[in-house]
Parts: sequence; structure tokens; C-alpha cells
Amino acid sequence: MTLKETLIAFWTLFSKECYRFLRIWGQTLIPPIMTSSLYFLIFGNFIGNRIENINGFTLMEFMTPGLMMMSVISASYMNVSSSFYFSKFQRSIEELLISPTSNHTIIWGFVLAGSLRGVIVGVLIFSTAKIFIDINILHPMTFFFFLFVTSALFSLAGLINAIFARKFDDISIVPTFILTPLSYLGGVFYSVQQISETWAFFTRFNPIFYLVNGLRFSILDLSETSVNISFVVLSFLIVTLYIICFRLLEKGVGLKT
Amino acid sequence: MYAIELSHVSKKYKSQTYALKDVSLKVEEGDFFAFLGPNGAGKSTTIGIISSLVVKTAGQVKIGGYDLDEDPIKAKKCLGLVPQEFNLNVFESCLAVLINQAGYYGVAKSVAYERAEKYLNLLMLWSERNHQVRTLSGGMKRRLMIARALIHNPPILILDEPTAGVDVELRKLIWNFLEGLNRDEKKTIILTTHYLEEVERLCHHVAIINKGKLVSTGSLAELVNQLPGQSYILSLEEVLNNPTKEKLKTLSYEIKFLEEKAIEVNLLKHLSLSDLFKDLGQLDLKVKSMREKENQIEQAFLHMTKEGYLS
Ligand SMILES: Nc1ncnc2c1ncn2[C@@H]1O[C@H](COP(=O)(O)OP(=O)(O)OP(=O)(O)O)[C@@H](O)[C@H]1O
Ligand SMILES: [Mg+2]
Repeated sequence: MTLKETLIAFWTLFSKECYRFLRIWGQTLIPPIMTSSLYFLIFGNFIGNRIENINGFTLMEFMTPGLMMMSVISASYMNVSSSFYFSKFQRSIEELLISPTSNHTIIWGFVLAGSLRGVIVGVLIFSTAKIFIDINILHPMTFFFFLFVTSALFSLAGLINAIFARKFDDISIVPTFILTPLSYLGGVFYSVQQISETWAFFTRFNPIFYLVNGLRFSILDLSETSVNISFVVLSFLIVTLYIICFRLLEKGVGLKT
Repeated sequence: MYAIELSHVSKKYKSQTYALKDVSLKVEEGDFFAFLGPNGAGKSTTIGIISSLVVKTAGQVKIGGYDLDEDPIKAKKCLGLVPQEFNLNVFESCLAVLINQAGYYGVAKSVAYERAEKYLNLLMLWSERNHQVRTLSGGMKRRLMIARALIHNPPILILDEPTAGVDVELRKLIWNFLEGLNRDEKKTIILTTHYLEEVERLCHHVAIINKGKLVSTGSLAELVNQLPGQSYILSLEEVLNNPTKEKLKTLSYEIKFLEEKAIEVNLLKHLSLSDLFKDLGQLDLKVKSMREKENQIEQAFLHMTKEGYLS
């Protein structure tokens, strides 16, 4: 494929995937806004002012980056896992498999579309938060960087999940039993300084902690661990998952008999 | 150069015996080729290997002269595929299906749109272009898959049972369409089918596969020539009496008495119909009408897929 052909193939896949989640915006973009609004209402308004500040910020301020990340993670993960699995299920994935589109292009197409959904969801939740509190982005570059890279990471993870999935249940197991607990235990609602040594120790092994931390830094200029470490952890995970994805597609795991 | 060249291709699915065993096959450029075999013979498996949907266990595949392992991009561009099972995204419109498929081959939208218009019109689907695939009938989906396979203008088209579940009229439309592609656009066409009249009408060369092994290849005439004989049903003017029956039995034909006035004659290859009529004339038997018991291709097919053929 020439560069032009590759770009056409990428754009076809990417725009098709974006069109998919935009067309069903009621299922893809609205629910995260709903959920986070409820969090803001309850933790921010109803009980938030009864809780003491965390590292100098109100619970609502402290929580916003974490809530954003939780939704960004599940939106990007679900976007790719459900779309890829569905195309496997109805076999339309064969349109890609018989074509000369390379596996790199396939990964980029799915993952960038999933990332775009993640970023949109993140921005929407941040905008929702602004309705409730006066909050601003102190480091915009870092803000978009962490939103994008987190989305990309979990899009890749969603793709791997979909590659292995044999039935619809298989794409909801990981979000329910792994992503949700990891998100809740990744320092979304608490600071590692507030919890016991043991829990803090485990939190530091949780990659989501670093993502939340990076985003929190970009918004509040508050960091519980070095942002550079967050950056290194993220980059390492992305490269690793990308290589795994590529290998799986090359081998045709879950796709070719 | 051959359009398709398979050398010693084998396939073993997980925990199974071989679905394909050492299949070597060549299809000439510009040919209209039938790939035949009973259910489960390995036709779709072979097509899956050629279209990179099935991973082969051994062997080599060349498409348009390009090795599928070494030069996959060029090889894949040469091929259009109409699979046996529907594999369309049911939420896409017909036009979107075509334009997206073209995009995966690096074909620009404007070019794809022109081709989509041409093929959807030829296949009588233009009026459905904006409808979602899930609203189409089975025959329409089948035709949409044919249009999709052509959207990147490949020189080779493989169709896995393109007329299964298609009514008589549409089947004729598809036949004419495929003939046109082969004749006017010089496309090599390979199809599998269980309708042997389709083979007779369309195809120049045939390969027959059974239980994963290739049992015969050649032109239609060569295939029929491999038959040991040909069976005919003869209707006679008069009722056969026993003495005549006895005399008939002494002739060097295999004869079965069907009804009072009908016999089935198996004519071996070295004998001709005029021999038969001469012998019947000598017995004063007048033949009112005659037909082939089965069409010859059907006979050849049944003969070659019988238990123990070739072994
Ligand atoms: N995915 C699969 N896993 C395991 N075995 C398979 C698979 N696909 C096909 N087979 C087996 O391989 C053999 C060949 O099947 P194939 O689909 O190639 O036959 P076919 O000639 O296309 O038959 P039909 O005319 O019914 O379409 C069969 O025994 C089938 O059971
Ligand atoms: Mg088949």
C-alpha cells in the first residue's frame, strides 16, 4: 500500500468508528455525564462540605480528575471492545481481514476512534464539573496529553479483550471485575497519604493511580507522585499493549481459523 | 502466469483430521472455473485459505502471480471474495458497505462511488443504496456481497455458492452478470456451487474435491470423458414381451427394464448411440423418445465423489 492508500484505509476505518459512537450518542456520550453529575451532586453538594479538605482541596475538586478518568477509561475500553467484538460476531471484520489494510492501520483506526470518544467524554465531564464548582485547567497540554494517552491505553486493552472474546459476556467481564475495582482503588476519592501503608503500597501498583495523578496535576497542580513517573508508566504500558495487539492480529488469534 | 496457484496446500483444524490434504491446483487467467464437491469437501476451507481468512497448515498460495505469504498486499489486491456466509455489517447502508470496503483497499471515495453506482445498477440494487443492510432480503444481500467484491476492481473473483437461496430469475441475472465480467472485463472467475446446470452454463474448467482431496481437474469435456459410460432412458413404441427382453439381455449393454415401455441403457464409452439404435432396430424395437438419465456433468460428479474413487 502506498502512503496515500494507507491513509485512505485508516480514514475509512477511523471515520466509520467515530460515526458509530456519534450516531448512538445517547448510549455513548450521555450516560457518563449522567453518572458524574450524580457524583457531583451527592459528594459535592450533599455530603462534600461535611468532609474535610484533601491536600488543601475540597472533595469535589479532588474527585473531579478521578471521576473523569473513570469514565474515560470505561468509554474508550467499551468503544473498542464492543465495536470490534460486534464486527467479529457478525463477521464483517472479514472485510478488513481480506483487504491489504495492515494490522498497524487496523489498530490505529480502532484505537484512535476509541481515544476520541474517551477525550470527548473527559471534556464533557469536566464541563459538567464546571457547572458545580469553579475549576480550571492549569496545565492544558498535560490535561489533553493524559486524557488522550489514557484513552489510547484502554482502547488498546479493549481491543485485546475483543480479540480473545468468544461471546458477548467476555467483553463485560474485564470492565466489571478488573477495571471498576482498579478505578475505585486508584485514588479517585482519596489521597494515598490518608490511607494505611498497606493500601498505599498496593495503590502504587495500580496503573490507574498514575493516570489519575497526571490528570489531577494538570487541573489542580497537585501531584501525589512524580508526573514524570506517570508519564513513564503510561508510555511503557502503551508500547507493551500495542505490541501485544499487533502480535495477536498477526497471528490471527480469535479471528482466523 | 496463473490467476491462482495452490501448491501442496493442507489444512488441519484444531483437533480434527485434515480438512484439506495436499491440494495443488492451477487456474488460468481469464478462466471461468468451477470448484465442486459435496458438503464438507473442503471448498470453503480452500477459499478461506486463498482469501487469508483461514490459516493453512502447509503449502503455498499464489494469487495473480504473487505469493500470499511473501507479497500479501499485492496478492490481496488481486482478489475479490464473495463468501458463503453473509458477513455484512447489518447497520450500514449498501453504499457505505461498498465505500468502506473500497477504502480498506486504499480506493478513494470518489472512485468507489462511481464503481458502486455501476455495480449496484447492474445488480439491480441501486434503489436500495441508502437502505440499511438489515432491511435487505437474502438475495439482495448476496448481490450486495458481489458488488462489494468488485469495488476495488480485482482481476480475480471468487464466489462461494453465490446462487444459494436465490430465485430462478435472479439466478439468471447473476449468471449474465458474471458472464459479462468474464467476457468483457476479462476477470478470472472461480465459483463453487451445488447446481451443476450452473457449471454447464458458465464454466470452462472444473476441479472436483472430495474429503479434502482433489479428485479431478480439467475442462468440462475432459471431465465427462472420464466417465466409464453414459446412461439413457428410452421410451419405446410398444410394450416389451419376454422373448424380446431375453434377446435384449444378450446385447453388450447394461440394460434395466423400468416400465412396460421404458428401458434404461448404460452405454459404455467405446460404444456409440448409432450402435445401440442399429441393435434395437434389428429387434424391431422403435424408440419413441430418449433422454439422458442424469446430466453428464452430474454423472461425472457423482462418479468422482463416490466412495473409493481414486483409491
Ligand atoms: N472452523 C472450523 N473448525 C473446525 N472444522 C471446520 C471448520 N470449518 C470447516 N471445518 C471442517 O472442515 C471440513 C471442510 O469444510 P468446508 O466448509 O471447507 O466444506 P465445503 O466444501 O465448503 O462444504 P459446503 O458445500 O457444505 O459448504 C468439514 O469437515 C468441516 O466440518
Ligand atoms: Mg462451503
